[in-house]
Amino acid sequence: MFGSVRELVAAAEEAGVSLGELMLRREAAEGGRSREAVYAGMARQYAVMREAANRGLTGLYSHSGMTGGNARKMEEYRLSGRGLTDGTFLKAITYALSTNEVNAAMGVICASPTAGSGGVLPGVLLAAQEKLGKSDEEAVMALFCAGAFGLVIANNAMISGAAGGCQAEVGSASGMAAAALVQLAGGSASQSAHAMAMALKNMLGLVCDPLAGLVEVPCVKRNAAGAANALAAAEMALSGVESYVPWDEVVLALYQVGLGMPLALRETAQGGLAATPTGREWKKRLWEKGAEDTEGDAAG
Amino acid sequence: MKYRSVFDIIGPVMVGPSSSHTAGAVRIGQLARQLFGREPERADIHFFGSFAHTYRGHATDVAILAGVLGMGTDDPRIPRAFDIARQRGLAYAFHLQAAVPAHPNTARVDLVSGEHRISVLGVSLGGGLVQVTRVDGFELHLSGDAPALLIFHEDAAGTIASATRMLAQANINISRMEVSRTERGREALMVIETDQAVPEDVTQLILAQRHIHSIVRLDV
Repeated sequence: MFGSVRELVAAAEEAGVSLGELMLRREAAEGGRSREAVYAGMARQYAVMREAANRGLTGLYSHSGMTGGNARKMEEYRLSGRGLTDGTFLKAITYALSTNEVNAAMGVICASPTAGSGGVLPGVLLAAQEKLGKSDEEAVMALFCAGAFGLVIANNAMISGAAGGCQAEVGSASGMAAAALVQLAGGSASQSAHAMAMALKNMLGLVCDPLAGLVEVPCVKRNAAGAANALAAAEMALSGVESYVPWDEVVLALYQVGLGMPLALRETAQGGLAATPTGREWKKRLWEKGAEDTEGDAAG
Repeated sequence: MKYRSVFDIIGPVMVGPSSSHTAGAVRIGQLARQLFGREPERADIHFFGSFAHTYRGHATDVAILAGVLGMGTDDPRIPRAFDIARQRGLAYAFHLQAAVPAHPNTARVDLVSGEHRISVLGVSLGGGLVQVTRVDGFELHLSGDAPALLIFHEDAAGTIASATRMLAQANINISRMEVSRTERGREALMVIETDQAVPEDVTQLILAQRHIHSIVRLDV
């Protein structure tokens, strides 16, 4: 696989193909599978993403009752025409919220790179595909591009909140999404890398502090933030703005910040929002409620 | 490199909310069922560490029972696992353990059917990846991502060679293997992970070798 972002971009430029195409070829070669089989696998992931994003718009609620119904509110607001920003932006954050509400409600989603950050990539891709009038195939190829950057981040830094905070989870998702957006919009491999780097930089230091340790608050709304940040980074990169700090140095910074992040801010429900009076109340309610044996008897 | 496939990043397709506490739990339950190799009548599930604290919020209990019922991580019936267990006549109980495990997300699944029983200890490593670390008295490191044979045998000289010879003759490549035993000269377990699935006739040939008691075949 690719050892660095520099290597990834150089390989695509040398082969004269998009990052997504490069990833698809590499996956087929390393797994000993046909191009068609690998493509079909990713097309299925995209279909799951679309279904989840649409399903959440109907208004789903989690078992705890902590999250749900906000994607529906956002969709109604978007359709009302009262929005401050354009339809693409509103759609992206609505789909991001929607997907993560489905996740919190135990619906079927596609992790990208994790379940908790799985709303960012579908959010921006579905919205941008509609805006740009791109085919499903082009969107699926953008997912391969996102996956290529995700692999580099996962192997050189981390992608879980427990390992490196939310910067590693929603941050990585946002970087991957920014790169995918650039490819979908027709930007170059190097512009995708700049978009990823800028998106990551803007999320450095973000802590993982969910209430009672559940993938709900603030995770659902942070998916909207990750989508918004991805759009900002992609727009900058497409205009020709470049990351001042080289791509791989940004990934290294993410890794170093993750390593230095206190345990209390890495998915342990001990710091940040989880340590607020509200957070502590939820923890008490859920963890104490959970602290007993339960039994279910068979009917027969 | 920890992550090799693009589908490790864009995937898995799963029922939420957590890749470690939900999808990983389904996998542990599913592996326990596969290792048992029959329909369980009763499941006693023990949670340790973070699983014991947060299982309700992540539906770790529902998820692991869904796995015991044979569902995969993306099965939309997962949230209804308790009802489905009752319909299918599977009795279940959850036990919260105070003991501090080596890994924070640990569960033990004890399955019973008539006089058959198995005890499987599994850990959820994150991102939906899991590892079975103990089966009955034997220590192992089984991911369930590759086809595997669990061969229970007498701890006698030549037994491992006879099993691997059968695989070699069938042109099946071993990707990883490990051996553990409860006491010297008594029962031992060899775990053989292979690149290709091991066909039933080859499994039977190994079973016919001296000192081999039983074989559990894990297909992927």
